[in-house]
Amino acid sequence: MDLKGRKITVHDMSLRDGMHAKQHQITIEQMKSVSQGLDDAGVPLIEVTHGDGLGGASVQWGFPAASDEEYLRAVIPDLMQAKVSALLLPGVGTVDHLKMAADCGISTIRVATHCTEADVSLQHIKAGREMGLDTVGFLMMAHMSEPEQLLKQGLLMESYGANCIYATDSAGYMLPDDVTARISLLREHLQPETELGFHGHHNLSMGVANSLAAVEAGANRIDCACGGMGAGAGNTPMEVFIAVCERMGIETGVDVTKIADVAEDLVTPIMDFPVRIDRNSLTLGYAGVYSSFLLFARRAEEKYGVSARELLLEMGRRKMVGGQEDMIEDMALTMVKERQAS
Amino acid sequence: MNNKLKAAIIGPGNIGTDLLMKAMRSDWIEPVWMVGVEPTSEGLKRAKGFGMKTTSEGVDGMLAHVIEDDIRIAFDATSAYVHAENSRKLNELGVIMIDLTPAAIGPFCVPPINLKAHAHKLEMNVNMVTCGGQATIPMVAAVSQVQPVDYGEIVATVASQSVGPGTRMNIDEFTRTTSAGVEQVGGAKKGKAIIIINPAEPPMIMRDTIHCLTEDEPDQKAITRSVEAMVEAVQEYVPGYKLVNGPIFDGNRVSIFMEVEGLGDFLPKYSGNLDIMTAAGLRTAEMFAEEAASGGIELPVRAAA
Repeated sequence: MDLKGRKITVHDMSLRDGMHAKQHQITIEQMKSVSQGLDDAGVPLIEVTHGDGLGGASVQWGFPAASDEEYLRAVIPDLMQAKVSALLLPGVGTVDHLKMAADCGISTIRVATHCTEADVSLQHIKAGREMGLDTVGFLMMAHMSEPEQLLKQGLLMESYGANCIYATDSAGYMLPDDVTARISLLREHLQPETELGFHGHHNLSMGVANSLAAVEAGANRIDCACGGMGAGAGNTPMEVFIAVCERMGIETGVDVTKIADVAEDLVTPIMDFPVRIDRNSLTLGYAGVYSSFLLFARRAEEKYGVSARELLLEMGRRKMVGGQEDMIEDMALTMVKERQAS
Repeated sequence: MNNKLKAAIIGPGNIGTDLLMKAMRSDWIEPVWMVGVEPTSEGLKRAKGFGMKTTSEGVDGMLAHVIEDDIRIAFDATSAYVHAENSRKLNELGVIMIDLTPAAIGPFCVPPINLKAHAHKLEMNVNMVTCGGQATIPMVAAVSQVQPVDYGEIVATVASQSVGPGTRMNIDEFTRTTSAGVEQVGGAKKGKAIIIINPAEPPMIMRDTIHCLTEDEPDQKAITRSVEAMVEAVQEYVPGYKLVNGPIFDGNRVSIFMEVEGLGDFLPKYSGNLDIMTAAGLRTAEMFAEEAASGGIELPVRAAA
C-alpha cells in the first residue's frame, strides 16, 4: 500500500466518544488538560460533546459532569491551533443546540444518523451550512448498509449541504474490504470536493488497518481517540495511527512523541477501567452491536445477574440501532422473568 | 335518536385513511367528508369507495356544505403549515377542530388525562401532541398523579417504515412538542423527548420507554397501581398498548417500558405510533359527541340544523 505524501486530517474522539467509557463524567479540568495536550501535539480537530452528542444529557444515556455549553466554553478559548467539533443526533439534539454550539465557537458540526435514515438530517445540515460551519454527514452503523445503500444516503446528506460524508463503523465490525467497498463507491459518486471520512472502533483490533484502507480508498478525515479512549474497545488509537502514518509517509501534522505522551500521561490516567478488547467488547465487534451498549450491558449483568455477552448478542439479533440503550435493561428484565417462569 | 356527530377528515394520506376506517366503526362519529388537494389521490379514491363525499380543493371545497351536512367535527391530518387556516375557516362555521399536525394552536389533548376537561369547556381546537407523546405522556401523568416529578424523559423508538417524510424533515418539532407535552400534560417540571428510528426488517413494533425522576423517594406501590390503571385507560382506545416491563425503581428513578401495537386498520400493526394518534383523535371526537348527547355541552347554535 503506497500512501506516501497523502495529507489527511485526524480528528480526536477521546473527549466525545471517550465520554462513553467515562459514563460522561470527564471533568472540565480534564477536558482542558487533554485538549491542550492534543493542541500542542498538532491534532487539528477535537470533538467535545456528551458521548451521544449535543443534548445527550439524559437518563437514557447518562447525565454528564458538565453541560455541553460548559465544556465548549471551557475548552475552545485556550486552544492555539486546534479547532473543535460537536456531534448532533437528530431526534436528540435540535437546531437550538446547534446554535448554542456555534455561539461557543465550534468550527465543525457533525450530524449523525443511522446509516439508512439520512433524511432526518436535513434541518440540521442546512442550518450548519447556513451558519458557515464545516458540516459533516455522519452515517452510523455503516456495516448494516450495503455500499450502494450507503451511497444513496451519502448523496442525500451531500444534497442537503454536507461538505464531508463519513462511513462510521460504530460497532467496530468492519474488515478492511468492507471499508474499501464503501469509501470507494462514495468517492466515485460524490462531488470531488466533498471530503470523505472514516470513524473506527477497535473491537476487532482493526481500527488502524481499517483507517488505512479508508485513506487508500479516498478518505482524508480519520477519527482516532488519543489513548484509544472511546466506546467499546475504544476508537482507533491516535498515537498508534500517527506512528503508522509517519512510517508510511502519510502527512498528519501530529508529532508522534507528543501524542504518545498525551495518551500516556493525560488520557490513560483518567480512565475508569482499561479500555481494551475483552469478551464483551469483542462481542460488539463480532456481532455488529453499537459500541456504547457495552457499559449498559455490564451494569445490567451486575444488577440482574444475566450475562452481558448474552444481552449484547440479543441486541444484535434484534437489530437494535444506536441510542436504544433502554432496551438493554428491558431485555435483562425480560430474561429474568423468563428464567423465573421456567 | 341518532347522537352521532358528523365529521370531516382533512388529509387522505395514511393517517387520514386509518382514521376513516376507525371512525366508520364508531358509535359516536359519522365520517361524511374526506378532503384532499390532489384530484388523482389514491386516498380520495379510497374514501369515495367507502361512501364518503370528497373534494380535491382543500377545505375551501367543503365549506359550502358544512352547514347543510351538519359537520360538527373536523380532523386535520395535513401539516402544521396549512392547519392554522383550515382551523380558522372551520371554527368560524362552528366546527370543532381536532389537530393531528404539530401546529399546536389549541391546547394539548391526551385523552385519559385532560380530554374531559377540554370537552367540558368546548375547546374549539385541540392538538393531539405527537405519536410519541400519546404513547408516553399517560405514563408520566400516572407517576405525577402520585407524587411530584422533577424530570420526565421519554424515548420513542419507531419502525423506519412508519415515519413519514413530514416528520423526517421536521424532526425537531417532534422533540420540542413532545417535551412540552411531557411538562404541560404529563406534569413533569422538566420534560425531554428522544426519538429513535429503527429500520429492522421485519419492522419492529413501536417501543416507548418512560423515565421519571421523582422529587422524593418514589412510593412504589402507589406508582405501580397508578401505572397499571393508566395502562387500562389507554387500552380502552388502543387495545395494543402494553406494559412490557416495570415500573422499576432505582433511587428516585422510575422507568416504564411500553410496547404499542396498532389495530392494523389501514396502517400495519407495527406502526403503533400512527395508530395511537388516530385512535386518540377519534376518542377525542367521541368524547365531544358523548358530552353533547348528555347535555354536558351545547354545540354552537346552527339555524339550519
